[in-house]
Amino acid sequence: MKLQLGIAVTHLLARKRQTLVSLSGIVLGTAFFLAVSALMQGSQADFIKRLVDNSPHITVYDEYRGADVQPAELEWPSAAVQIRNIKPQTEVRGIRGHQQKLAFIESLPGLRASPALVGSVVLTFAGRVEGISLTGIVPASMRRVSTIEEKIVAGSLEALDANPNGIVVGVALVNKFRLAMGRNVTVATSDGVVRSMKIVGIFRTGNSAVDETQTYASLKRVQSLLDRPNRINRFVLQLDDPYSARSVAARIEQRVGYKSVSWLEASEDIMSLLTVRNIIMYSVVAAILVVAAFGIYNTISTIVMEKTRDIAIMKSMGFHAGDIRVIFVGEGLMLGLLGSTLGLALGALLMLVLGHVEIRVPSLGDPTHLPVYFGASQFLVAFGFAMASAIVAAWLPARKAGRVHPVDILRGSM
Amino acid sequence: MSALLRAESLVRTLPLTVPVTLVHDISLEIERGEFVVIMGPSGSGKSSLLYLLGLLDRPTSGRLWLDGLDTAGFDEDALADVRLSRLGFVFQFHFLLAEFTVLDNVMLPMRRLGRLGGEAMRERALGLLGGLGLADQAGKRPDQLSGGQRQRVAVARALANDPLVILADEPTGNLDSSSSANVRQILRDLASKQGKTIIAVTHDANFASAADRCIGLVDGRVSPGWVPPGLPR
Repeated sequence: MKLQLGIAVTHLLARKRQTLVSLSGIVLGTAFFLAVSALMQGSQADFIKRLVDNSPHITVYDEYRGADVQPAELEWPSAAVQIRNIKPQTEVRGIRGHQQKLAFIESLPGLRASPALVGSVVLTFAGRVEGISLTGIVPASMRRVSTIEEKIVAGSLEALDANPNGIVVGVALVNKFRLAMGRNVTVATSDGVVRSMKIVGIFRTGNSAVDETQTYASLKRVQSLLDRPNRINRFVLQLDDPYSARSVAARIEQRVGYKSVSWLEASEDIMSLLTVRNIIMYSVVAAILVVAAFGIYNTISTIVMEKTRDIAIMKSMGFHAGDIRVIFVGEGLMLGLLGSTLGLALGALLMLVLGHVEIRVPSLGDPTHLPVYFGASQFLVAFGFAMASAIVAAWLPARKAGRVHPVDILRGSM
Repeated sequence: MSALLRAESLVRTLPLTVPVTLVHDISLEIERGEFVVIMGPSGSGKSSLLYLLGLLDRPTSGRLWLDGLDTAGFDEDALADVRLSRLGFVFQFHFLLAEFTVLDNVMLPMRRLGRLGGEAMRERALGLLGGLGLADQAGKRPDQLSGGQRQRVAVARALANDPLVILADEPTGNLDSSSSANVRQILRDLASKQGKTIIAVTHDANFASAADRCIGLVDGRVSPGWVPPGLPR
């Protein structure tokens, strides 16, 4: 093996310029592969983080999935029972026995839960009318399960405890209605209850739909406003590990009976979009490396062609076809190893530079950095892919070299 | 005692659209230490016969024994191993590897065989080069040598693994007369003094005069009449 690799090194060193060109192809290919995939991974992680942060990891609704099971279906489970025109029973809305259910959910490890009552109300101010969603919360408990507190730009969530008539609104609504801290707005429910509430807090999430239509008030106030004393219709959950949301939601739904929706389920369209984006991204960066692999293929094919006589003489003196293949695959391996190592270093440098690029989103005041994901897995994938393409690129000419028949060459040269 | 090399009805046909028969039913025996020259006009199949005897090519039919081994059942790798340890080749063109020094070229078959340690290989290679008057050329590259010197390096390389047989294809075809005489004398001495079997293909009657036996070849068949008069038959 040492002999074959020694010959391989000699071949590469004898053509320094060509070796350098194909080496730089692999270096650049690996570096771009690494930098682009780190950027894509980073932006995906950033995107998911925003998605996860801005919505509850799991929401338990006062609804059921699917229709109720009818007695006839229970009686004859294997029969072809079909019952038409079922009208659902009228139920008191809200989660029944919510104290016990909340206690159960909170007993699960790795999560925090908070009760909420969500209703639709109409907000009136200075002749303007807007339908909004009013969420009754317990501020002390809510701040443990959502990032809303971080988004407050004026006032505070706790002011809802101090002022039972307080309401926290989004910045888009403030702009639309030309509101300000301390102003009174009129809130009307569909049952005709009208109450004046005072703005004690303003938040900005950056999502205009949320900033315009979401409002918060204290749970007790919303219960009395909607005439649903002591009722709640949501549990909002936050998990230590957002990616376990699906299984935790399934467990809660199985036990509690109410529909439990994880953020993964709620954003399935976006998640599948991310998958598509990843496929596109990996095809593009893989193409860069495939092009680089052509450089290696070209170099080694040229060497094989130039060295046909040497191959013939080595085979005639007793080298096996396998020895010859080892020489040329070894050349590809060395180019790949050196190229991808240098490429990883260059890629890491590129990632550092990209990570320092500042971007300013017009709607968000503070500048942010390009999200770059520094993960060992990225380096491994880039290295693995570069090596694999180098080996494949070397294998093809190496196989051809192994097949050289000394007599054909000797006869030709006479 | 059986011959070192015994061929029986060797035939080699190229499977072209119109098949061409290069070697026609040749049987021969060559003894240990014999210096045999194959002569014949261009296209007579003498190189093809040499490739068959050197296990570089397989006969279409017929059998070949080398040192008591029946080579018929051998696969490519097994044939390569026989070539590595028992045969040495010298061609018309020296076929030295240009990127390697003279010493490395001579050591190449030894390193592939791996029978000797690094220092022993070096000593043996230097010894072989010294015996051929090339002791001071060991560190040079092939393109720094004259044609005659290169051919002597090729002989040293052929001797690297102490083979039983040296096969030479027009070894003096590219050399001037003094270099030719030198190479001829070297091969003659290898046969006489070291008991190597030499099989050489040549056009050169002067070269052939050093041989123990000449085999004439015309159109792939043995033709004793083709051997110029005065040469050993």
